[in-house]
Amino acid sequence: MSANGTRDFITGLFVLVGLVALAYLSFTVGGLQYSGDGGLPVYALFDQVAGLKPKSPVEIAGVRVGQVSSIGLDETFRARVNLELDSSVKLPVDSSAAIVTAGILGDRYIQLTPGAEDEVMKPGEQIAYTESAMVLERLIGKFLVNVGDKSKDEDSDAEDKEGTP
Amino acid sequence: MNEAVTRIGRAANGITEELGRLAAFAGRILLVTLRPPLRFGEFWAELFKIGVLSILIICVSGVAVGMVLSLQGYTTLVRFGAENSLGAVVGLSLIRELGPVLTALLVTGRAGSSVTAEIGTMKATEQLDGLRMMAIDPVDYVVRPKAWAMAVAMPLLSAMFIVSAIGGGYFVGVHLMGIDGGTYMSSMENSVDFENDVAGSLLKAAVFGVIVALISTYRGHQAQPTSAGVSAATTSTVVLASVTVLVFDYILTALWGV
Repeated sequence: MSANGTRDFITGLFVLVGLVALAYLSFTVGGLQYSGDGGLPVYALFDQVAGLKPKSPVEIAGVRVGQVSSIGLDETFRARVNLELDSSVKLPVDSSAAIVTAGILGDRYIQLTPGAEDEVMKPGEQIAYTESAMVLERLIGKFLVNVGDKSKDEDSDAEDKEGTP
Repeated sequence: MNEAVTRIGRAANGITEELGRLAAFAGRILLVTLRPPLRFGEFWAELFKIGVLSILIICVSGVAVGMVLSLQGYTTLVRFGAENSLGAVVGLSLIRELGPVLTALLVTGRAGSSVTAEIGTMKATEQLDGLRMMAIDPVDYVVRPKAWAMAVAMPLLSAMFIVSAIGGGYFVGVHLMGIDGGTYMSSMENSVDFENDVAGSLLKAAVFGVIVALISTYRGHQAQPTSAGVSAATTSTVVLASVTVLVFDYILTALWGV
């Protein structure tokens, strides 16, 4: 009977270790959020969000304060980015959001710059001031156009206008 | 001409019949599961044999796979100057693919074969008939605890495999190749997602557990009651379960992108 008890104990240990491994994969590696308090959902409209993905980090002064929960299109064909901020963040209503890049080809993330108002944002509100993602190809294109000769310049300028939303 | 067509038809019918018998067998296991008593003691004993005794092979293989994955990934990534993404490469390939598949193959060889051999031997030595004489359903008493233990052990073992492989990869990447430890872990944490990657990995491991459990118990139960029959059944368990796992791996990935 005591041998059986030892065996059962080891089996129980096996189950527990397996579950701990699963929990480690889910929460630490997989980044599953325990959504107890729900956080602070806000959204922002951008002209261009190329490279931004759900789960991209949201930072203030380089400190991670939340993540992108989803990205969609609003009725005026601008990109609507829903953010999930930590509920401890008291964001002034005149804050601004910019899409920036870590390194020259690195991942996109959203940088918030807090405003000066005393009033703080409530859940579901919009961040009014935004700065869109810069698209490297377009920048290179503009640069090439600028150094190119005059006639080419006009040609691709027209093209560029078409491409700009 | 007629002969050939008849032969194809017979083969197709044979496969269909076999699948039908397998499905009926699975149905019987489900049916007896719903019927008390639950016999947790038997299940626990089987979980010990299938799960606990497989930990060593799973963890050692996991560390070895993680180390070689890290080494190979490093030599490839360093060509593009992207060695800082090593954590993402190791984590994603382990969680999405290698963890569940290799665990299923290892468990098939380590435990599936022994399940088949045990049930087959019980059949060859007429122990299953003995149970029936005492009005005990062998599917209930012998097969059910083994099948459930296999299905439960697989996701747990797969998680252990992945965690030890991540550790092995960490050792090679950080201590031997000189990547920063924080970079390795954060590139892994940033690229691995719960819903897409970890949940899919769990789903795969659970499906593979059910597949290996069904095939190994079914093959044992259907074995010819001779020593040659038991040996053939054990071989066919390993072959059939391995191939089925690999085929289902592709199907699961293609259908749900896990």
